[in-house]
Amino acid sequence: MLQAIHSKKSLQLFIGLVIGIAFGFLLQKGGATRYDIIIGQLLLKDFTVVKIILSAVATGMIGVHILKGLGLARMHIKAGSLGSSVIGGLIFGVGFGILGYCPGTAAGAAGQGFLDALFGGMVGMLIGAGLFASIYPKLAEGILKKGYFGELTLPNLLRVNRWVVIVTAAFVLVALLLWIEKAGL
Amino acid sequence: MSDRPLACSTTFARTSGMIERLFRGSKVTRKKYYQEFPPTVDWQWMLVLGVIIGSFVSAKFSGEFRLSWIPLLWQEVAGDNRLIRWFVALVGGIIMGVGARWAGGCTSGHGISGTLQLAVSSWLAAISFFVSGIATAMFIFRVIFK
Repeated sequence: MLQAIHSKKSLQLFIGLVIGIAFGFLLQKGGATRYDIIIGQLLLKDFTVVKIILSAVATGMIGVHILKGLGLARMHIKAGSLGSSVIGGLIFGVGFGILGYCPGTAAGAAGQGFLDALFGGMVGMLIGAGLFASIYPKLAEGILKKGYFGELTLPNLLRVNRWVVIVTAAFVLVALLLWIEKAGL
Repeated sequence: MSDRPLACSTTFARTSGMIERLFRGSKVTRKKYYQEFPPTVDWQWMLVLGVIIGSFVSAKFSGEFRLSWIPLLWQEVAGDNRLIRWFVALVGGIIMGVGARWAGGCTSGHGISGTLQLAVSSWLAAISFFVSGIATAMFIFRVIFK
């Protein structure tokens, strides 16, 4: 049944649209489509963004691994390397701090009427992605391969059962959330 | 249901390829990057379109929809010059676009979908996003606009 759904292309596009609408609706409601909230987070004054991410990760982590256990979901582990994940992540963060939106929230901010997100952020990301496509052949066999570790997961890295990691991580994430709430951030 | 992770930034790469193809024709699709990530409308592209619509609907319902160029916090420290804000946002977008493709994902793809699947690449990327984002924002607001 699920495989039948996965193979229908137009249905997939429709499901993508519906999930996107729900995601955009919730991001806007939560305040994550606002420059002020995102910069407030990066200046460690407003913890709205961290609360959204931590609660999504804690619930999603448990949910998706239960679905996997039942054979209802497959994992999509991204392969990585130190040169790609860490260097790319640090470059991303510089742009993130300057722009004040991330790719998904820039789209949400544009929907809510922020023209700096639409004509600045989103246009900039198109240019940046195009630039990257041009330099990609030079990077692909060089820095992107530095420290390559492939499709590694935390349970594989630590050589423990995945539920050990899930329960520990969920516990730590919830404790962090409670601490943020208690500190009144 | 979809057998795909929730993510946004690849869409910008695909769209960039689509625009380049409009101007330079099909030779664009021979680029190594676009052979790995073909410039077409896919599930994720529709997801990003949905985010714009969903946020618009939510903002309309709560009366928060308003066309504006300058976020409040920016105005407080940098003034209300639209051209300056646009240019800074553009530069930020370009750097973030390069970084997202370099790391193979963004705040949603690595930060949420990847970390919850316990991918090492995603945990490293998500931590790097925030370490560097915090340093950059602190530098802009505590040093440049002091």
